[in-house]
Amino acid sequence: MASIERTFSLQVPSSTENLAMIREFVNGVGARAGMAAADVAKLELAVDEACANVIEHAYGPEVTKEVSVRATLDEDSVQIDIIDTGKGFDPTEIPQKNLEELAAERKSGGLGMRLMKKLMDEVHYEIIPGQKNELRMIKRLKK
Amino acid sequence: MATSFTVQRSTSGDITILALNGFLDAHTAPEFEKVIQEEFDAGRVRLIAECGELTYISSAGLGVFMSFIEDIRAAGGDLKICNLTPKVAQVFEILGFNSIFDMVPTVADAETCFAGPAREV
Repeated sequence: MASIERTFSLQVPSSTENLAMIREFVNGVGARAGMAAADVAKLELAVDEACANVIEHAYGPEVTKEVSVRATLDEDSVQIDIIDTGKGFDPTEIPQKNLEELAAERKSGGLGMRLMKKLMDEVHYEIIPGQKNELRMIKRLKK
Repeated sequence: MATSFTVQRSTSGDITILALNGFLDAHTAPEFEKVIQEEFDAGRVRLIAECGELTYISSAGLGVFMSFIEDIRAAGGDLKICNLTPKVAQVFEILGFNSIFDMVPTVADAETCFAGPAREV
């Protein structure tokens, strides 16, 4: 039987104010995929982290820019693509220090990326210079 | 659709209890940061974050806890965390926050922690 793929998209202005709207969208996607509430919560947090990175680091103060979230569902997984045209911030390059080091340095950098990797099954990042940056995260559905 | 987050402050002796309510994300974390900074600047460094009504937290919120804890302890205080809902507790646990913070069930438990030996980062 051929797999049936469904795609859902959301595009919002680059502002942390819109993170709530993004989470609402992801909750809907998770429910549509038939995920358990605990897995929807993980998906929601991972996407929030990724979009917050784009808004705060890739775009910075450029509130006229937009963040695109595309969710593709098939029978095995939920794939999330987060696309921006910012300065190519690669969250996977943040040094992964341990918590004690971060606390000692009064820093919190890298916690979001750490969460994304723990919450999702796959996290990839692709920068196409001058065109777009795309973060792809995949959560496999439990059978 | 903006995120809703509030902090209600109360005191118990020299301890400040911060009751967190709502969604603590990149949008609302600066509000939480401001409250802790105000307490710290006023010399009130024995803090309890009461999280019974905290329905959501992302790394921006966790980062506020992380970025203040060293200074708070250096000033002779601490920031205890209590009454986490299972959903929020899971996020703290994924990152291993229990190795740095005292996380206990109730405000009374957190107050008891303050009576014990000081914890170092």
